[in-house]
Amino acid sequence: MTDLVPTDTQAAPTPRLTRHGALRRRQALTAYAYLAPALIGFLVFYLVPMVRGLQISLTDWDLITQPHFVGLDNYRRLLGDENFLHSLVITATYVLVNITTQTAAGLGIALLMQRISHSTLVRSLLLVPWLVPNVTIAVITLFVLDPNVGLLNHLLGALGLGPIAFYGNPDLAIITVALVNSWRNMGYTALLIFAGMQTVPHMVYEAAELDGCSTARTFRSITLPLIRPVLVMVVVVSMIGSFQIFDTVAVATKGGPVGSTRVIYFYIYEKAFQQGQMGYAAAMSVVLLAIILIMTLIQLRASRAAESDLG
Amino acid sequence: MTDSLRTVTSQPVLLRRPGRILGWALLILLLAITLTPFVWAIRTALISNAEVFNGDYSLIPRNLTLINFKRVLGLVSAEESLAAGGSGAKMYFWLYLRNSLIFTALLVAGQVTTSTMAAYAFSRLRFPGRDLLFGLLLTGMMIPPIFIVLPNFVLIKNAGLLNTFPGMLAPYVLVSPFAIFFLRQFMLSLPREVEEAAMLDGASSWTTFHRVIVPMAATPITTVAIIQAVFAWNEYLWPQLIGQDHGVRLLNVALAVFQQSSPSTRPDWTGLMAAATLQTLPMLIVLLLLGRKLVSSISLTSAK
Repeated sequence: MTDLVPTDTQAAPTPRLTRHGALRRRQALTAYAYLAPALIGFLVFYLVPMVRGLQISLTDWDLITQPHFVGLDNYRRLLGDENFLHSLVITATYVLVNITTQTAAGLGIALLMQRISHSTLVRSLLLVPWLVPNVTIAVITLFVLDPNVGLLNHLLGALGLGPIAFYGNPDLAIITVALVNSWRNMGYTALLIFAGMQTVPHMVYEAAELDGCSTARTFRSITLPLIRPVLVMVVVVSMIGSFQIFDTVAVATKGGPVGSTRVIYFYIYEKAFQQGQMGYAAAMSVVLLAIILIMTLIQLRASRAAESDLG
Repeated sequence: MTDSLRTVTSQPVLLRRPGRILGWALLILLLAITLTPFVWAIRTALISNAEVFNGDYSLIPRNLTLINFKRVLGLVSAEESLAAGGSGAKMYFWLYLRNSLIFTALLVAGQVTTSTMAAYAFSRLRFPGRDLLFGLLLTGMMIPPIFIVLPNFVLIKNAGLLNTFPGMLAPYVLVSPFAIFFLRQFMLSLPREVEEAAMLDGASSWTTFHRVIVPMAATPITTVAIIQAVFAWNEYLWPQLIGQDHGVRLLNVALAVFQQSSPSTRPDWTGLMAAATLQTLPMLIVLLLLGRKLVSSISLTSAK
């Protein structure tokens, strides 16, 4: 990394140490001036809030009266809160279903893009759902998936499959939310994977062709291993994102039916802003942060492994 | 980086003919799955609420009407709106569209400016604490927003900035760790000679920055602007906490409020679909105008 960073261009031709030092100081001051707005923003809206978040998690606070210190009580309470443990299970289900289907669909579409058409039009059209806000997607899918008047149920009815209350069935609701978001993001994921595929030199495929490799063989032995770093990157980014599923739930299901879509993000939101339990909500967000950090570390390791595989 | 952009336009690795027909069929099916819900939303926005419930699923219904769009745009009286199956709630679409545009434009302008400057310092200048500060900033990318939303909400509330644009923009406008990271990656790849040449001409650091570095980084800067604009346009949690008042309410928040005001026993589907259609149209226009740019921007973020 360091060898990529340009060395001090001003200091290099200056022989005398004192001038060297002065120039360095000046360049440092210049650098801080460039950094100032971003660093102030980072300090005020990221760093201080992080410390404040930890602090609030140790209090009992309804946002109106004075917060009072309760130590680790909120965390102790979490361990016995079935709704909290349930929200973790729901979130994990969501993440698992969402990541698998989204990555698989994205990979499939990327392959089609690579082998059938590079058309920008096709790529743009597949990107439409990703450009449309989650709130809009939630409203549109509420209608399309409605058990009484929804288009999908009408089509299923034509196949002799009974109406399914996708968002309304407690056993199905979270999977529905996951699949809706996979549908929304698959074009975007495909585009990222496709871009990764483009870094594989064309010659490799030509060589495979000359050797008489089948399509499946080419995919398994060439494409897949060579795009592994991109795949890992896509999974890492979308996994961190999918832990933060909120909008669709907030609009389409409001955590229901019977709490079956009360993902952790939504539960934190409910506690903080609807039930006024700031301290408790903050404690949950600390746990969520810890989970995401652990996931990130595991995945960073995985991605490093993927890179070193390629030598 | 420009290399990876160029390869995106290289020839497809084509399949043999039978495979290609199957492939096209699949691709068309995928496009249908992707676009049908939007087509269906537009179609529903153009019929009366009664017709939604009468079991007609034809793609082009017989009786088309613009009443739902008029309702959403607040062009009809509350009585007419109730008669058409609405809750009587208006959308004030133009006001909310204006708010969303202001929010998005200011957010992107702020982030692009501060991030370009920060990326320049991190990639081209030397100063004590550089790696530490950059590392710190990177951790910002991993923090789940909800973790800082709670204290930030308290901060904005105490500052008396609820229901103001400054309150809605504050946490975003000064800093975007992603944007800094992304632009720094690009600027690291620029040759050192460009600065040396500028220095020999007697250019100051500021001149070098805005006359040399910024023009060279135009492509990644555009990429960041596009990606952050999509992000801002989609943002929901924070704007709905801070901006509930009509004067600052964003389209996203307005649609959610509109949906909640719709009776759950017999939802105002046509009004909702009209609102959703109006919500989708700006993005479709952007896609039409910027399709190629957008696609290559996203490819660029992956190929970094």
